[in-house]
Amino acid sequence: MHLTKEEEAVFNGGRGPTLQKMMEILVALGDIYGADKLIPVKSAQIAGVSYKTIGDAGLEWISDLQGKAVIPAILNPMGMDRDAWQGMHIDKQFADKQEQIIKAYERLGIRAECTCTPYYLERPKFGDHLAWSESSAVCYANSVLGARTNREGGPSALAAALVGKTANYGLHIRENRYPTVTIKVKEPLRGAEYGALGYVVGPKVGDGIPIFSLKSTPTEDELKHLGAALASSGAVALFHVLNVTPEQYILPHDRIDVDKKDLEEGWQVPTRYFLPKNRIDVDVSAVKALMAKHEEPDLIALGCPHASVEELQEILKALKGRNVKKEVWVCTGRSLGEKNRALIDGLQRHGIKVLYDTCMVVSPAANHFKKMMVNSGKALKYTPSMCGVDAVIATTAECIEEACR
Amino acid sequence: MPVILKGRTVSRGKAAGPALVSKDAISFLGGVDPKTGNVIEKGHALYGRNVKGTVLVFPGGKGSTVGSYVIYQLKKNGVAPAAIINIRSEPIVAVGAIISDIPMVDALDKDPVEIIRDGMTVTVDGTTGTVELPC
Repeated sequence: MHLTKEEEAVFNGGRGPTLQKMMEILVALGDIYGADKLIPVKSAQIAGVSYKTIGDAGLEWISDLQGKAVIPAILNPMGMDRDAWQGMHIDKQFADKQEQIIKAYERLGIRAECTCTPYYLERPKFGDHLAWSESSAVCYANSVLGARTNREGGPSALAAALVGKTANYGLHIRENRYPTVTIKVKEPLRGAEYGALGYVVGPKVGDGIPIFSLKSTPTEDELKHLGAALASSGAVALFHVLNVTPEQYILPHDRIDVDKKDLEEGWQVPTRYFLPKNRIDVDVSAVKALMAKHEEPDLIALGCPHASVEELQEILKALKGRNVKKEVWVCTGRSLGEKNRALIDGLQRHGIKVLYDTCMVVSPAANHFKKMMVNSGKALKYTPSMCGVDAVIATTAECIEEACR
Repeated sequence: MPVILKGRTVSRGKAAGPALVSKDAISFLGGVDPKTGNVIEKGHALYGRNVKGTVLVFPGGKGSTVGSYVIYQLKKNGVAPAAIINIRSEPIVAVGAIISDIPMVDALDKDPVEIIRDGMTVTVDGTTGTVELPC
């Protein structure tokens, strides 16, 4: 990989051991993946924040570093709400360690915003290069916003924050962003069904780049749930939706690869697009069957990935003035909540616990429950293994109905 | 005359030790005990062996990205491998070796898993990307 003179000096220790180590990480990854050079990134989002996942080893490593982030850098969700951890039955030892991790990141100039939806803080622009590591945020940035980021690990995202650059490989390069598999869904879907769709097809897609042909037009929130589920049940970092997501229009004329038969079957194909030969027809009944399981939950948890303003409004509306009778959590980013105080107050008045900067997946709090109802395909995938609960998926409205019953 | 294998720098520095060779990939999270250095993954080729002070030779990493931090913890606890040789490195082990100052090379001109025998004293120079074997 080519380094400029300045980068070479950092690599050789000219600006101290921490930056040297960070540069070594970027160069090693660049060499592994065949990058030609380093490129500047607009922001970094660093995973590996919850004490539940990184433990003492992660804490020690972050604490040993010196330096300051040179680009806007934030974190992904931590293991608790910093203010409300006692109400989450988090023990003091965990809370102290979690606080030490956050302080160690802050000392490096990284903002203690711990969210899986960094795009609600500042929305990246089409074509921006980023170094993000939360899998659902990566999927949203690439797919819905047309920004460019690989799935960074915690250390490499931190390296990008301190150096301001990342290695130019993978999804930073346009030619690597073309779809590899076509997915056709023959019936319209709504709300949480998009998360269920991602849950069902993720394992079949693996780390491919799917392009969806849908019978319905998803909202940004529905795309968020689709991507989050694809990223957790598969390893998807980028997907396209015909006539919906922004990037299809930059693909070149010479890649048009559609035979007439596909068109006759009713595929909607913009003239500047091509469909990969590799195809998956989705069995919509599998998606609907997943949505039809309604066992009685002892915890209803929404906000995975963190709830948007629109989703908070939808939950409040679904309450129709009723108070919840079951334990209900809504997870979202602290700064989004603080900007929408009236909305948060409204949810809390009806008995909902709003938790900031954490979630049911990375917090040990959810381990105390037996059966969880969620509106997220990602939470459905992770909570059984990460929290030891049974999980079912339902629409937001159904979740609230269950909570009020 | 010692045999010199040429490869690629992943993590700089030089170290020597007895080779511990595995044909299985290693997941450090859940696969190696960070306190003792024992390989604890059931059914793994190295199950029950200890990585401390060895030149650990294996195809590459697998599993959770938290594995990088487990390598760091091995180092802090004084039970890390002295050096690492992979057939083809992937980010988890590469980053773990870099943050832990463990010399590491990959992409050697001969397959290390085939050519290096268990217990053979091996020297890894991560800076030049070379591995020295006894004749």
